[in-house]
Formats: sequence, structure tokens, C-alpha cells
Amino acid sequence: MSTLSVEEPEQAESRVHYLNVHYGVKSWLLTTDHKRIALLYLASITLFFLVGGSAAVLIRMNLLTPTGLLVEPATYNKLFSIHGIVMVFFFLIPSIPAVLGNFLVPLMIGARDLAFPKLNLLSWYVYIVGGLFTLYAVIAGGVDTGWTFYAPYSSTYSNTHVMAAALGVFITGFSSILTGLNFIVTIHKMRAPGMTWFRLPLFIWAMYATSVIFILGTPVIGITILLIALERAAHLGIFNPALGGDPLLFQHLFWFYSHPAVYIMILPAMGVESELITCFSKKRIFGYSFVAMSSLAIALLGFLVWAHHMFVAGVSMYAGMVFSILSYLVAVPSSVKVFNWTATLYKGSISYEAPMLYGMGFIGLFSMGGVTGMFLASLGMDVHVHDTYFVIAHFHYIMVGGAVMAYLGGIHFWWPKISGRMYPEGWARFSALIIFLGFNLTFFPQYILGYLGMPRRYPVYPPEFQVLNVMSTAGASILGVGYLIPLIYLIWSMRYGPVASSNPWGAKGLEWQAPSPPPTDNFEETPVVTAQAYDYPSREVEVA
Amino acid sequence: MKHHVIHPGTYFLVFFTLLILTGVTTVVGFYDLGRWNTVVALAIAVCKATLVVLFFMHLRYSSALPRLVMLGGLFWLALLIGLTLVDNLTRVWDSNPRGWETTSSSVQRP
Amino acid sequence: MPESHAMAAHQFDDLEQQREAASLGIWVFIATEIMFFGGLFTGYTVYRTQYFASFVAGSHLLDLKLGAVNTAVLICSSLTMALAVYAAQTGKRKLLILFLIFTMILGTGFLGIKFVEYATKYHHHLIPGFNFAPEGVYPPQMQLYFCFYFAMTALHALHMIIGLGLLAALVIMAGRGRFTPESHNPVEAIGIYWHFVDIIWIFLFPLLYLVGGR
Repeated sequence: MSTLSVEEPEQAESRVHYLNVHYGVKSWLLTTDHKRIALLYLASITLFFLVGGSAAVLIRMNLLTPTGLLVEPATYNKLFSIHGIVMVFFFLIPSIPAVLGNFLVPLMIGARDLAFPKLNLLSWYVYIVGGLFTLYAVIAGGVDTGWTFYAPYSSTYSNTHVMAAALGVFITGFSSILTGLNFIVTIHKMRAPGMTWFRLPLFIWAMYATSVIFILGTPVIGITILLIALERAAHLGIFNPALGGDPLLFQHLFWFYSHPAVYIMILPAMGVESELITCFSKKRIFGYSFVAMSSLAIALLGFLVWAHHMFVAGVSMYAGMVFSILSYLVAVPSSVKVFNWTATLYKGSISYEAPMLYGMGFIGLFSMGGVTGMFLASLGMDVHVHDTYFVIAHFHYIMVGGAVMAYLGGIHFWWPKISGRMYPEGWARFSALIIFLGFNLTFFPQYILGYLGMPRRYPVYPPEFQVLNVMSTAGASILGVGYLIPLIYLIWSMRYGPVASSNPWGAKGLEWQAPSPPPTDNFEETPVVTAQAYDYPSREVEVA
Repeated sequence: MKHHVIHPGTYFLVFFTLLILTGVTTVVGFYDLGRWNTVVALAIAVCKATLVVLFFMHLRYSSALPRLVMLGGLFWLALLIGLTLVDNLTRVWDSNPRGWETTSSSVQRP
Repeated sequence: MPESHAMAAHQFDDLEQQREAASLGIWVFIATEIMFFGGLFTGYTVYRTQYFASFVAGSHLLDLKLGAVNTAVLICSSLTMALAVYAAQTGKRKLLILFLIFTMILGTGFLGIKFVEYATKYHHHLIPGFNFAPEGVYPPQMQLYFCFYFAMTALHALHMIIGLGLLAALVIMAGRGRFTPESHNPVEAIGIYWHFVDIIWIFLFPLLYLVGGR
């Protein structure tokens, strides 16, 4: 064991690793091991995914008939608000960074742990406290402001549990900040000997760019939510036009974070995608430095475009034009990535294991979401489709088609490392396929609905929209089943799956040199890196 | 990056400069200089903050990385304020809103 | 914050790596803090450009002398904090404790003066959302100025209070001899935090007290 880096699979049972080194609830709740904290996050965000998912199911059920099948309009408002708040702040934002990032950042750079392990545990507890506030808001009767908490509705008029939900979002923001701080310091200061910046896996570059957004964006939503709470409690007029306040100021501050938050969701997904594409085409990535730098470019440019959410809210025409042009810029680094992944596939020896199926789905769905994003960035087009289902379809193609596909792909890809077991490949391919089909059936009709003028956030709609809405709901049912299958077989595989070797995919990267599952300190000896990332044997003549 | 111990003499020098600048900015505050009040007050504040950052917070003796982080924070703050003002300073203000068809006569805010 | 034993924590190779990580960590935290206050500074800027006359009127209701004195008090506390870091670097334990306590006294003094100012605002009915009813004629948006006056100074004061707690923890740790010239990361980190809070006030003073000449 001390001399062999590749061991026989059977040995994993008797070997001490991070999962069996201690037992008991206390050993999990007080752990400072980044891998165990990743699993704490995995369990908690799965819980929130189920809460947000249930709300989505009810929304789609209600839209089966033009008059609203299930709930009162007021309840419908609460359903889409809670769906948005939970999915954005408690599932998507922490999903890849807090689960896969926590697990992989130290492993990928050859470190024993993150720089500040106790801070890492604290960030999970902060997340849980924020989550409890939000769950309280749900149980106590819900909140109906939408996930955007727009003033003056949230600050003056809404009589639902805005305070609890807002405090939940405020508190959980600190969890993001602590995670981002930890990642930045770890990536700067804890890299193994020989792990230079341009030998880092692209997942690490993506995590770094994400952390920059965490650090510089999250505090702004924190203070903004605090101002909403203050306004709500004391009616100061900060966002109230009657007292001289400007509701658009709230939207500026809100979107300064919440637009980059979209990149918090998609940048990590892009990082996972780079790992999947290279591994399953057994090729070095095409244009490594361009893919790496485009992550940083997205992190920066993502902060320059926020007011494209406010084109019809009353921003000046001049600001509209400035932000419209800036919004187009973000397409450049995003396309660089898509083209480079596609170029990587060219002449690769591609195999279609389940993670790769998710990866291929990601490219298609993300491209569609991105291109429709260009429609929305153009000032004239946005006026037409603003607040319609076109917008809903667009951002679900990015957030679900992009971020969730990559998250599931990543979970499958690293599941052998995380759990030490293989998942059932047949079931996994099946569920990847029906998630892809179900997703498109759910959201493609919504593009058409939006283009035809169906506004978002209404519980009722004109009867001529019913066919497309029924298609969408049918797709959502398939999608729901698609998400439940992995939940079941992944839990099953933890006990009954075949034991995984340390590198079942033949992938490059330091995390595959550690045993599966890794010991608490990750590596027996600090690894020394001598090769570039994705150093797969080249099939072509020239070597990069 | 080696440990750099700053001599207390430097600290006292910075300290007295900061006190003098505080005195100056306070005295200027009692005179009405029009828009120059804002300029002088902010210029002195920037000088004071720079002194604190460079000497008390040791950034003058640090490696490039902390400086980059500090500048990054300030750059992002400039983005937040600057791009918000792109909207707020160019908005058409109508102090007495009328109907939709007459808004074309609304005036640019002075 | 990582603990500061003579030995590096298990995730670090040596004390130097730990020191650099702690230093970078506190600077990244400062960047976060800049943006945290940044939201308020943005709102302040927007309304100040929009309602300058109201902001001048509000500013002239503040006590400039008390503000100036408080600025001086905080600068003194920054000096003693810097000297405390110097004492830690040179391994002078008693001096370190002494300067930390000086810093705490000055910080408490700042909060005391701030409290006096708040009490005056209360008596003059200048607290928005609580008893805002100033005497005489005042511009309609002056309440917005006082919203930002209280939001910014209160957030700053909250940072001071947290800082005082951290300093108290440092005093206890110093008393137990936890700091050596080789290993005193918490002193350096909390020092940088304290100076940052000072810088925020260096900007709040002109932005709140010095709007328009008197």
C-alpha cells in the first residue's frame, strides 16, 4: 500500500480511507475533511433539489389546463417563488462548487486539504442555517415575491414571509463567500510541486473563476437583501419612489450579483465538461490556454452586463445600448469553449459511457441556451419577449440543460472516486437519455409559447396555448422520472455496486492517482507533477 | 516572501501625517468652496487611505498577489458604481409624470 | 483563521506556506468587504448625485467636530494596532498585550463618541423609520441622507464591535504565549482587518460630514 499507487480493487474493503476512518454522526458533523464536507453538501443540496423540484412539478401540473388545474393564483405565486429561491440559491449555486469542487480541488492540485478546513465546515453550517430560514418561510406559509425580491413589492406590499426567505438568502451568501475564499487561497498556495498554473486541470481554472465571482459578487447581494429587510421593517424609503427612493437601484444592486450568479452556475459546469470531453475522447484539450483564459474572461465580463435584465424596467436608452453591446461580449469566451470542446472531439477515440452522454447533452443544450441568450441581449428583441416563456426556456436551457447536466455527468464521472463503487452503467445511460429527451420536451415548447406571447408567472393562459403546455408538462414528468432513477441507483451502488479501481476511466489528473476512495490525507506522498494536463497519448504525428 | 519588520519610526511618521491631513480636511469643511469641497475631501481621503494601506497594512512591502487582490476589489467597486451611474446619470427624469403620449416632451434632468 | 502553533497545521507543508495562505486569505476577505460596503456606497452615490441639496442639508446637521475627533481616535487606534503587530514580530509579549489593550480602549472610545452622536440624533428626531421629524423646513429627501448615514455608520460600528471581540481573543491568546516572531498570523490578519475598518471610516467622514462647505 505504501509503495503501490495502483492497488487491487479487493483491497479497498480492508483499507482505511476517508469513509471508514471514523464512524458515527459526530464524526461527520465535526469533520474538517474536505471530502466528507463535500458529501454533507451532496446530501443537503439533494434535499433542496427535491423541495424545489416538487414545486416545479406542482407548477407544471397546474398549467395542464388554461384555467389552472390545481391551486389558487396566490398559491401559484408562492410555488414559483419557492421553486426559484430554492433552486437558485440552495441547489444550483452550491451544486458543483460545494460538492464536486470541495471534493476535487485539493485532490486535483495534489494537496492534503483546503487551506482552511474549519472555515470549510463553517461554510456548510452557514448554508444549513440559511436553508432552515428558507424552509421556515416555506412551511410558515410561503413567500410570493418571486426569487428576485423586487422592490417595492417585497419591501412594502407583499404580506408573505419575505423576511425569513430574504434572511435565508442573506445568510447562505456567506457560505458561498467562505467557499470562494478557501478555493482561491488553496489554488494559489497549496499546489503540489510541479503543478504550475498552466498544468492545472481546467476544472480548477473554472473553480478559480467561480470563486472570484463568489468573492466580489455575493457581498453585494448580501447588503442589498439587508436593505430590503431594513426597508420592510422600518419603511425608510430607500427603494420607495414616494420618499425619493429608486426601485431601479434595487434592481441594479440585485442583478450586479444575480447575473454573475448565472456564471457561478455555468462556469463550474464548463469545468466539468472539459474533464469529461478530454477523458472520453482520450485527447488533450484543443487550445488549453484559450479554454482556461475564457473562464477568467467570463468571470470578468459577466459583471458588465447585468442591466440587460432591466431593459423594459425603465433604465435609460443610453444604458440600454451600453449593456446590450456588453452582453454580446460574453458570447465570445463562451463560444471559444464550445468550439474547443468540439475540436477536441475531432479524431478522438470517443466512448459513450454515461458521463459522456451527459457531456454531449451539455454541449447541445448549452449552445441552444446561449444562442437564445443572444436574442435576449439585443435590445429590440428583448422588449418583445421580456417576461415571457421565451426567457424561462432560455435560462432553463442554461441552468438545467447546462449546469444540471454537467453536475450529473460529474457526479457519475467521479462517483467511483467518491464512493469507491461503480454505478450501474446501463441504468445510467438510460437515465441520461431520458433526461435529455424529457428536458427538451419540457422546455422547447416554452420557446414557442414565449415567442407567441405567453407571459411568465401567470397561473392561467389562453386556451390556444394548451397543446404546447400539455407537451411541456408531459416532458416534465419524464424529466422527473429521469432525475429519480440516478438518485435510486446511486444510493444502491454505495452498497451493492462493483468495487471501483483507482482509475476506472483511464483518465489523467492527480485525483485518479489517489486510491478510490482516497485516504483522509488524499495522497500517501505529495505527488510531483511533471506533465501537462490531459496528457493522453497522441494519435497524431505531432505532439503538443 | 520574507518577513519585513517596519520600524516604529515609520509608523509614527505615517500617524502624524494622517492627523495633519484630518485637520486639513476638517478646516476646509468649514469653508464653502462649491464643488471643490467634494474634490478636496475625497482627494485627502484617498491620500489617507493609501498611507494606511501601504504602511499600516504593509502592502508596500508585500508580494504582488495581495496588491492585485486589493486593486481587484477596488476595480470591481468602480464597475458597480460606474455602470450603475451609466443608467442613473442618463435617465430621462420627469418630475410630473403625464400620460404616455406626452412623455416625449419630458426634459433631461439638469 | 488557522491556529498558530509552532508546527504548521496538517494541510500545510511548513509555517511559511501557512503564513502566506493566511495573508492571502485576509486580503481576499478585504476584497469581499470592499464590495459589501460597496453596495451602500453605490446607493449613496446615486442619491447624492440626485438629491445633492438634501444631502448638504443633512450633512450640516451632523457635528463636524465630533466627527473629526472620532477620525483622530480611530487613527490613533490604527497606530497602536500597527505597533502591536510590530511587538508580535519582535516577540515582545507584554508590549503586544499592552498595545492590543490600547487599541481596544481607543476603539471603545470611538464607539462611545458615536453613541453620543446617535443620542443627539435621537433628541433632534433625526432617526428615519423611528422618529424622523426634524424641526423647521427641510428638503424632502433629507430622510434618504439619514438612511444612508445610519446604515453606513451602523455597519461600520458593527465591524468595530466584531473587531473588539477579535482583539479580546488576541489578548487572551497572547497572554497564553501563543505568538512567536515566527508564528503570529492571527495578529497580522486582525491587524489588517482593523486598518481596513479604519479606512472605511476615513471615507465615511468626508462622505457624510463634509458634504458641501459650511
